[in-house]
Amino acid sequence: MSTQTQKTPEIGPDLNGFFGTFGGRFVAETLMPLILELQAEYEKAKHDPGFHAELKALQKDYVGRESPLYFAERLTEHLGGAKIYFKREDLNHTGAHKINNCLGQILLAKRMGKKRIIAETGAGMHGVATATVAARFGLECVVYMGTTDIDRQQPNVQRMKLLGAKVIPVVSGTGTLKDAMNEALRDWVTNVESTFYIIGTVAGPHPYPEMVRDFQCVIGNEVRAQLQQKEGRLPDSLVACIGGGSNAMGLFHPFIKDASVRLIGVEAAGHGIDTGKHAASLKGGTPGVLHGNRTFLLQSEDGQIQDAHSISAGLDYPGIGPEHAWLHDIGRGEYVAITDDEALDAFKLTCRLEGIIPALESSHAIAYAMKLAPTLPKDHLMVINLSGRGDKDMATVTAHLADELAD
Amino acid sequence: MSANQTRIERRFAELKAANRAGLVTFISAGDPDYDNSLNTLLALPDAGADVIELGMPFTDPMADGPSIQKSSLRALTAGQNMQKTLAMVRALRERDNDTPLVLMGYYNPIYCMGVEKFLKAASEAGVDGLIVVDLPPEHDDELCLPAREYNINFIRLATPTTDAKRLPLVLQNTSGFLYYVSSTGVTGSAAPTPERVEGEVNAIRAHTDIPIGVGFGIRTPEQAERIAQFADAVVVGSALTDCIEKAATPAEGTQAVVDLTRSLADAVRKAR
Repeated sequence: MSTQTQKTPEIGPDLNGFFGTFGGRFVAETLMPLILELQAEYEKAKHDPGFHAELKALQKDYVGRESPLYFAERLTEHLGGAKIYFKREDLNHTGAHKINNCLGQILLAKRMGKKRIIAETGAGMHGVATATVAARFGLECVVYMGTTDIDRQQPNVQRMKLLGAKVIPVVSGTGTLKDAMNEALRDWVTNVESTFYIIGTVAGPHPYPEMVRDFQCVIGNEVRAQLQQKEGRLPDSLVACIGGGSNAMGLFHPFIKDASVRLIGVEAAGHGIDTGKHAASLKGGTPGVLHGNRTFLLQSEDGQIQDAHSISAGLDYPGIGPEHAWLHDIGRGEYVAITDDEALDAFKLTCRLEGIIPALESSHAIAYAMKLAPTLPKDHLMVINLSGRGDKDMATVTAHLADELAD
Repeated sequence: MSANQTRIERRFAELKAANRAGLVTFISAGDPDYDNSLNTLLALPDAGADVIELGMPFTDPMADGPSIQKSSLRALTAGQNMQKTLAMVRALRERDNDTPLVLMGYYNPIYCMGVEKFLKAASEAGVDGLIVVDLPPEHDDELCLPAREYNINFIRLATPTTDAKRLPLVLQNTSGFLYYVSSTGVTGSAAPTPERVEGEVNAIRAHTDIPIGVGFGIRTPEQAERIAQFADAVVVGSALTDCIEKAATPAEGTQAVVDLTRSLADAVRKAR
């Protein structure tokens, strides 16, 4: 689709947390006063140089930012088209982009005097990042995680426990990310006075989609400067995987107003969108209201939420951040989907060609680049967000590639 | 009495004249299945329910504890949907044109049906009020204000975190009654002391004349009686859905709901 001719979009959210018709604050009354307080506190922090200075120092010395922008030379050669760069969020402390957001939110929790941190997690990367910052700041930490995810992401469960977090298994529903989020919301509504809820993606009630986006924008801002230095210009396309969509939004957002930059979000097609076993909310869902925001959801005609499926736990969510829904709606973002098998192929290829073991989530972005890059000229600059590392996925990958790994 | 008075408003006027609190009972529509749930619903007025809350089942009931979560899922597993829930209301209205009926649940199933289509169908079926947990006053234009056009009350929740600054906003477009959620937490969690709740309810009364129902964590006739001394209505939910869960057969579930409703109704009636 052409983005060249459209006018510059007005960047949201508005005062009620809407991006176009998406977003909002669809929460129980118990939470409203706290959400308004959080919004006010975030507005104050945004304009406080001290807050930014503290965040920046931690990003540098604790996370190891900036993360490199790496020219994936052999992958580029192999595909024979666009020049491909990886944004190496996998090299961050804790192994993914999730820590960017957690650091910002824990500093807010501290400002608000909260003593207890809760979080939901799917792949466990957000849980680990939350447990990490909670340990760093000496706060109690409880992480809700679906039992299905606990089984397939054992190393992360152990890491969270080592870091001092309590991991609470969630059995309701399918025992995945959406159920963990329900349970975290139930905890929050019960312990509203003492507790700060660190949501891990650009979803949930306002101001979370905006706040998480802002904390993740460090990714796109760095890419802009790094590519300027390496190539002297803007990228032509940005490619990122999307579950809730925080790594993608962090990469895309600083470029929304640069109409020449294609923003390509890659959802998880699971076994294929036509099989019904997928996690592609935009490509296979309809608008609805869940977890505090209006967005695209996987749901029945009667408004019942359906189970998502993806080989990667981090994409296994039946919704998507409202700002992505808006970018999709106005045609500024391109959204595509990649199956489990395609992601596994990309995972293998990246291991062999680049000596990098990518997260299965990030492998979806690479898989789409494998389709797109060969169709593009050699002077096309493509940046793929390598949002996390794949160590956590060894059990899943080993099970799927048993034959190949046997010898 | 104005012609536009809803059954809820009429019922609370009657209760006030009789100087007693009302009993509000909650069951999930379609729990454990359509036919048995309908039997339970039809038996509630005679058992002493003054107002009936009928849950619209949802897969992701974020503000509910385990009891109502399970009840919601039992109903969905048995094939409940919005059309069937409205059919239950119509069936009730064929026999009972006085007992107010409030649909309670989450916004998504309503939004997916389409707000206007839902309100028209609900109004025609004989629904008197709505409680939609995830629509705070900030989103009144979504459903609360459109519901007025159909003369359907929008019953708002106030909670211990609703401070004096926020209360006027919560009260602004509330009609029928105000549902005071006596504890922070999900449905079915432990109840706070009645003394604390009484103080909080009295504080709200300073701001409004609208009847105040109190719920969350009220399970026994003894608790209901104590709350009924100062509240305009007592809401019981999880204790009733527990009856359905624990029953050996659906018919016994209906009987257990009726029995508990009867003893709660007796308790509420002798409170003052």
